[in-house]
Amino acid sequence: MARPRRLSAARVLAGFGLATLAALAFADLDLARPDPWLTLQRIGAGLLAPEFGDPAALGYAAALTVAFAVCGVFAGATAGFALSLAYGFAPVRWLCILIRSIHELFWALLLLGITGLGPLTGVLAIALPYAGIFAKVFAEYLAEADPAATRALPRRTPPLSRLLWSRLPLALPELGAYTLYRLECGLRSSAVLGFVGLPTLGYLLETDFRQAQYGAAAAAILVYLALILPIRYWMRLRLAPLWLMASLWLLARHPAPPMGDGALLRFLHDAVPAPIRAGDWAGLGPWLSRLIGDQALPGILSTLVLSQLALALAALIAVTGFPLIVRRVTGRAGALLGHLALVLARSIPDYMLAFVILQITGPSMIPAILALGLHNGAIIAHLMGRQGDALTPRLRSDAPRGVRLAAWELLPRLSGNFFALCLYRWEIIVRDSAILGLLGVATLGFHIDAAMQELRTDRAVLLLGVVALLTLGIDALSGWIRGRMRLSAPGMRKAEPETAEAA
Amino acid sequence: MGTAPLLRFDQETLSWDGTAVLEGLSFSVARGERLVLLGRSGSGKSTLLNAIRLKLEAARPAPRLALVPQDPGLVPQLSVFHNAWMGLLDDHSSAYGLRVLLRPPSRERARVAPMLERVGLAGLDRRRVASLSGGQKQRTALARALLRGGDALIADEPVSAVDPRQSGDLLDALAARFPTMVLALHDPARALAVGTRIVGLRAGRIVLDRPTAGLDAAELNRLYEI
Repeated sequence: MARPRRLSAARVLAGFGLATLAALAFADLDLARPDPWLTLQRIGAGLLAPEFGDPAALGYAAALTVAFAVCGVFAGATAGFALSLAYGFAPVRWLCILIRSIHELFWALLLLGITGLGPLTGVLAIALPYAGIFAKVFAEYLAEADPAATRALPRRTPPLSRLLWSRLPLALPELGAYTLYRLECGLRSSAVLGFVGLPTLGYLLETDFRQAQYGAAAAAILVYLALILPIRYWMRLRLAPLWLMASLWLLARHPAPPMGDGALLRFLHDAVPAPIRAGDWAGLGPWLSRLIGDQALPGILSTLVLSQLALALAALIAVTGFPLIVRRVTGRAGALLGHLALVLARSIPDYMLAFVILQITGPSMIPAILALGLHNGAIIAHLMGRQGDALTPRLRSDAPRGVRLAAWELLPRLSGNFFALCLYRWEIIVRDSAILGLLGVATLGFHIDAAMQELRTDRAVLLLGVVALLTLGIDALSGWIRGRMRLSAPGMRKAEPETAEAA
Repeated sequence: MGTAPLLRFDQETLSWDGTAVLEGLSFSVARGERLVLLGRSGSGKSTLLNAIRLKLEAARPAPRLALVPQDPGLVPQLSVFHNAWMGLLDDHSSAYGLRVLLRPPSRERARVAPMLERVGLAGLDRRRVASLSGGQKQRTALARALLRGGDALIADEPVSAVDPRQSGDLLDALAARFPTMVLALHDPARALAVGTRIVGLRAGRIVLDRPTAGLDAAELNRLYEI
């Protein structure tokens, strides 16, 4: 069979350009607030003079943010490891795909009805999707372990011994490094869980902002940054048992709400579509078509419009932002500043960023586009910039410097990676576009939130299924385009955990 | 003597990676033989060794085999003791294996110690393999085979990384432990010293197959001429 013709980068770019123009036509880009500068000024003033009025509350929220992240990530890693051993078994693989296609915040919303606003909800909301991700990545690392050691074992070695004596010790350093990297992601997730009411730094940030206490809100942001920026120094695998014990102790002390008996059964009962519960099978068709026509389809359209514009902005930021951290382009001091800008943009979760921008611009699609574009663009720019910096010593000695180097030498060489990274992030942007509906943009998350508020669990569960399918569809489409473009993206997965995240 | 052959190839074609490497091969190995394969790299030694291993594993009853592959297949994160003890993994349950992995009982350490001493690694049992030199790693793989013991040893260049002055002694240790051996070597002098029969390979064909007695190094060196 002849291989299909290679898809050229120009065609892909033209296709995405047209999709972006179409999305612009549908997007709600009104600046709802007449005085964005006034709010911006007051937020700026807050940042310049943060108010640490209640240090005990700040400290406790920070400790809980870390505790949720540590317990959630370790529970997810443990479960994910167990699942990774059976990852070759299709039902297990599908279960993992399903649980990781639902965002932590959606899990939290679902769990609120079962385990209440307590520590267990926060831990499970992180652990469940992370278990699905860990299972996939761990299975890959274990499969890629040096086969020579396994071949050298006696042939009748029991399978468990085979794993424990050869593949596991060989893959262990990578599993550890990936878990450490995930702890950083877990800290971001944990902070964002505050926006649905769990007592983390996000909760303080939200309440302070809503009460226009910008000084106090700035303090919460600064404490969060003080945790996440130096995470490499305080979150070490060697210290992990200590952090885990402290986190468990802290969460065990934290009050859990009484949920009464049968909360899980009640939830499962409510998750069955209302017509079926009433025994009205004939009513199922109209119920479904109403839900799909009124909520799912408009939600999908809105999610796709938002994610398309966010992807375009992310691509723009990546292309213009990556030279900032290449020393031969911006110089030593410039590269340091570039790193600072990119690290800030990728350390603040897109949800938190969107919330802050929303306070300035008022409700429209603008905050979500800006937040998703900035956050994801900074991640791609960071990865490209590091590859670019590694490229420069290998260039001819009379290669130009500055912007001309970036435009003529680096960008063409990195363009394959640029496409691969953008396509990898596409799925994540769509997933996060759905979740930003919780902030009021009418994406799928908006309808899910509304259904949960009205205690219509059946609708929420069905719409969550739509989100999962949409994410999987985009993942498949992105994989198809990558395959047709013959993008191999050297070292995409193996090189470092961060590229694994981009994958 | 009338010993039944341990294995026999009858007009077989062996391939590696989908390409035929050895064609129309007829060849057998007798019990108690110390067979040495010689030939330039790429002549098909590893392919033949691999085919011999598969044939022995498929035999019923299967003989107990010890392997020293060209890539020694060690786990660098584990200690010398653990890598040597891996030779016994199929003799024990997973549970006992886990116990030895986490906290080796002293009787298991005592079983491994003489093997490490024989290959010149005495006292290094607690060292991680990652910190060893290339020669020490190869000795660890030899200790693993010695500890395992068995009816036959299959080894691909088992002493290529050790000091030539000690390689003869190490080969003697293997010869004392295994009644039957099939080795790939690249040094004709060592082959004459350790083998009872020598098979020369050249471009996918057996060009020499004779008992060691009556062969001299000059004849073997011709295998390596262009």
